[in-house]
Amino acid sequence: MSDTHHDHPPDAPPTHYQRMEIALREILMAKSVFTPDDVRREVEAMEGRSAGTGARLVARAWVDPAFKARLLDDARLGAAEMGIPPGPYRVLVMENTATLHNMIVCTLCSCYPRVLLGLPPAWYKGTAYRSRAVREPRAVLAEFGFALADDVALRVHDSTADMRYMVLPMRPAGTEGWSEEELARLVTRDSLIGVAPALDPQALGRASDAAG
Amino acid sequence: MKEQHAPPEARHLTDGHPVGAHDVGGRPGPRVEKDEHPHALWEYRVDAMMLLLSARGLLTTDELRRHIEGLGAGAYEGMEYYERWCAALAAAMIDRGVVTADELGRKLAEVAAREP
Repeated sequence: MSDTHHDHPPDAPPTHYQRMEIALREILMAKSVFTPDDVRREVEAMEGRSAGTGARLVARAWVDPAFKARLLDDARLGAAEMGIPPGPYRVLVMENTATLHNMIVCTLCSCYPRVLLGLPPAWYKGTAYRSRAVREPRAVLAEFGFALADDVALRVHDSTADMRYMVLPMRPAGTEGWSEEELARLVTRDSLIGVAPALDPQALGRASDAAG
Repeated sequence: MKEQHAPPEARHLTDGHPVGAHDVGGRPGPRVEKDEHPHALWEYRVDAMMLLLSARGLLTTDELRRHIEGLGAGAYEGMEYYERWCAALAAAMIDRGVVTADELGRKLAEVAAREP
């Protein structure tokens, strides 16, 4: 892992809470609660998680209706089918249709399907999104540049510690015959949160080496 | 990230119970700024500790949240996201008796003392 993650100058003294992190971690390691390797492995796994995982599930669901039915029925089993560890909490996949759009929020904190999408973006954890997503969701979508048609119903799902959500966006038109790998490139993190549709294939441009 | 706007007015449920500073659903709020925040290593480590403690049965997600909420309204104004997590993890470990406040205080002094 590089130091480029640090927004704190490398030669600045640690902040109080950075010291607390070091202190707590060292005490817990001294008590054999976990080892330095355990911490390193978790950090590496976290860095490796991204919305690409959720995108693979969506692409499979778009091409395989039976898989989609299983995914909607039990997302953990659907993920496990693709070799994706389902994580410790329930995940419900909410399907967008021509008449219903879904978006997710955690008004109380920052619950998020981290195994499928990686860590949540800063705005998902911020008060502005959390407070307003359940009060004026269409205005929030507009701020993301997403003008949802008035005749499409909008459902906002408020996550809890043990119950998380992921959105299954609509498959864009003009993608007939695309492979799963190509389709997955259209599925952005924001489309899995429900603050954007999947990418327009015209905007992306179809690349024959989509796996690259 | 620190919140950039003024904290909301204190609210109460109809039975008079105060609504916590964390309970923001439905409050008016500012425009959503689409900020993306690259994580620092120490933030990943805080998160890793949460996962490891949970996996060992020493922490539950709602327990972490309860301790974050217990930091009070000031925590939302003055602390960053993973600072709240870090303080809440320490509080949870002290609450469960895994770590004592004395141990943590001594170790904090030791960590500070060995800085160049």
